[in-house]
Amino acid sequence: MNTPSENVGPAARSFRLGDFLRDQLRNIAPFITLLFLVVFFSLASPAFATLDNLENILQQVSVTAIIAVGLTFVILTAEIDLSVAAVANATAIVLTFFTLQPDYVNIANLPMAGPIAIVLTLIACCGLGLVTAFGVTRIGIPSFIMTLAMMQIGAGISAVLVRGQIAYSVPSLVLTLGSKSIGGIPWIVIVAALFLLVAHLVLTYTRFGRYVYMVGGNREAAEYSGVNVRLIVGAVMVISAMCSGVAGMLGVAYFGSAQQNEFDTFLLDAIAAVVVGGTSLFGGRGGIGNTIVGLFVLGVLNNGLDYVKIDSFLKILIRGIILLIALIVNIYAERLRTARTAGRGG
Amino acid sequence: MAPALLELTGISKSFGGVQALRDVDFTLLAGEIHGLAGENGAGKSTLMKIIAGAHGADEGQMRVDGKEVRFRSSRDALAVGIGMVHQELSVAPDLSVAENVFLGAQPVNRFGIVAWREMARAAAEQLKNLGLDIDPRARLGDFPIGVQQLVELSRVLFSGARIIILDEPTSALSPPEIERLFGVLAKLKASGRSLVFISHFLDDILKISDEITIFRNGRKVATTPVTPAIDKAWIIERMIGAGREELEESYLGQIRLDSRPDAPVVLETKGLTLAPAYREVSFEARAGEVLGIYGFMGCGQLELARTLFGRLHADRGSLEIAGKTATLANTAAAKRAGIAYVAESRRAMLFAEEPVFKNVSIAILERLSRWFVKPDRERAIAREQAGSLDIRPPGVETRLGGLSGGNQQKVALAKWLALAPRILLLAEPTRGMDVGAKEDVVRIVRALRDQGIAIVVFSTEPETVLSLADRVLVMRKGEIAHEFAGEAISKDRLLAAA
Repeated sequence: MNTPSENVGPAARSFRLGDFLRDQLRNIAPFITLLFLVVFFSLASPAFATLDNLENILQQVSVTAIIAVGLTFVILTAEIDLSVAAVANATAIVLTFFTLQPDYVNIANLPMAGPIAIVLTLIACCGLGLVTAFGVTRIGIPSFIMTLAMMQIGAGISAVLVRGQIAYSVPSLVLTLGSKSIGGIPWIVIVAALFLLVAHLVLTYTRFGRYVYMVGGNREAAEYSGVNVRLIVGAVMVISAMCSGVAGMLGVAYFGSAQQNEFDTFLLDAIAAVVVGGTSLFGGRGGIGNTIVGLFVLGVLNNGLDYVKIDSFLKILIRGIILLIALIVNIYAERLRTARTAGRGG
Repeated sequence: MAPALLELTGISKSFGGVQALRDVDFTLLAGEIHGLAGENGAGKSTLMKIIAGAHGADEGQMRVDGKEVRFRSSRDALAVGIGMVHQELSVAPDLSVAENVFLGAQPVNRFGIVAWREMARAAAEQLKNLGLDIDPRARLGDFPIGVQQLVELSRVLFSGARIIILDEPTSALSPPEIERLFGVLAKLKASGRSLVFISHFLDDILKISDEITIFRNGRKVATTPVTPAIDKAWIIERMIGAGREELEESYLGQIRLDSRPDAPVVLETKGLTLAPAYREVSFEARAGEVLGIYGFMGCGQLELARTLFGRLHADRGSLEIAGKTATLANTAAAKRAGIAYVAESRRAMLFAEEPVFKNVSIAILERLSRWFVKPDRERAIAREQAGSLDIRPPGVETRLGGLSGGNQQKVALAKWLALAPRILLLAEPTRGMDVGAKEDVVRIVRALRDQGIAIVVFSTEPETVLSLADRVLVMRKGEIAHEFAGEAISKDRLLAAA
């Protein structure tokens, strides 16, 4: 058996530093991107780097953040959920369906007491998650396709319930959490922070969290270790739907209304936040810390572009390019890692 | 004497420091069937892949019709009329039978469009020669493996190649199918083609070959015409080595199997069947006993192992654990039933990117706590296991991918030892290990057996089974063909039974 020889020369040390940097590329690159963007926009506009604007940014990314929490679980297991925005939208509209709407809103309505409406809505969105989980784990439909179907189903539920109209009322609890502040801090920011915190604790300190990483790291090995892989994958799909649902409910209060296609841009934003943050699309690497950095990169970019008097149509293109670069870094980081494993293993 | 069609001299080949072939000469005459025998890794497949252009030789010369040739790819080999059917089935199950017969060489009409009718007709005709009367338009994947293998064979047999190499062509065929294949081979031989026939099934080789070459450890040890004096025992003796002193005593001498018929039965299967991999498998494994299940590659023993761990699900038959009927819905259920499984590939067992301690603790997280992970306990347990198995380097924070192969294998074992299973399934536990690591595995397995664990070893390597097992079952084409218990056994007897 060949044991690795212990080199202590300077060459060996620099090799290890290179190893470390390569290992951490997925964590370092997003952080540098964020720093660069902050410095750039601060220099470009004196109004950018203010406390008020920081609050703006936080508020603007909160809905995305809650969706991205669920998506982080999904991507860590090397699956994908394309239905997050549609599920958020459907959940939002189901909530207004169970809430008494003003007379001038002419849509299907089945008013309930606030807490009951909230519980029923959560059950509905959990149901959507269970359908996805069943399709992916029991029937064996690839999550990419299954959630594409679920995206259409969510959009369909939204369309059927509002029929082109706009709903306004939500239960008072949701209204508070989505649009009110406490001590100058918006509740929605607090909720988003709580989601991120709890998700981080779950992923880092619980058995379930460990299984999520292990399933993503090597699904076959997880299965051969007696881990119930289907259960884990199914659970992350339900978690993702629930996070999307909460984001949708709070989003209605935040935007002040619920209508069709309201959340469409959040699909790309949420995926971008997770991937730009450096969580591996191949699963097993990354986490909530990465997602937070990704959210800030996205938030700063969206917000900052408003300060630098740029053609608003160009903004879309710039976001696209940033996402592409993040994807390239993501894949490149993965390749460096596997190359190293192949070189040493066996 | 017929002229030499193909002549190789002084061929050597190594793969990453492992010498696969050493200075091998090989001659193939026109119109002969040449059988190749040897153990796994003896070099026969490597030599044939060199002839077929799949590998390049490090040293040596190759002549076809007396002219020196050097192939860079299998395409080059095909151009001079050398075709090979590889051991692994390489058909396209979703294409039709006819498309598979003509894969890569579909007949076209003058507009360059595939001539479907012509193709179907020709395919049906060729397959009829092999005794296959099937609809050439049907999807190939819907047919049994034996038929698929015949279709793949027909692709090369009727390609017009002058030299045809068949690597384990009979492993999935039934006796009547083998008869028909041999009939076709005889016809091809009569038409002046030359064939090379590689097989583990020595009866098949003896039946069809004119000439036999035997390999051992990358060297050619004998070439002889098949005469009545040449029998299975003669070949096995040369495959294992006549110079017996170079082998370890236990492998060839008569090692006594030490069965324990009084120990309680922990695992019992009755009529377990999973088509097409294995049929009617019934056996029992006892506490404190190592049961070896030996057979050639593809005989169904790995599928059997996966079924016992809940990864595959049998079509029929029952499974009892400690006297109670068990249905293993998935691997998690198997683990709960006290079954541990070390898979045949480390890739399928381990998380290369994670530290050693997480690799060890993955199977026992449920024992440690209900909700939270306990990294300190995990590390302590991992350290204990790493110490008892002498894993190097001993640090449990090391990334698993940085360990040597043998040490990775020990980590795969360590993860299950921490669980203290009732039944331990080991698939190819010593594959690709050096001698030292193999000895470690033997020592560990014996220690576990003495603790009363029922151990089942699945292997295609006779040495592994002989050095570990107290009782041996031999599997042959999906069925249990023989049991060795409470008697003396040797490698030649084991090989003869498979």
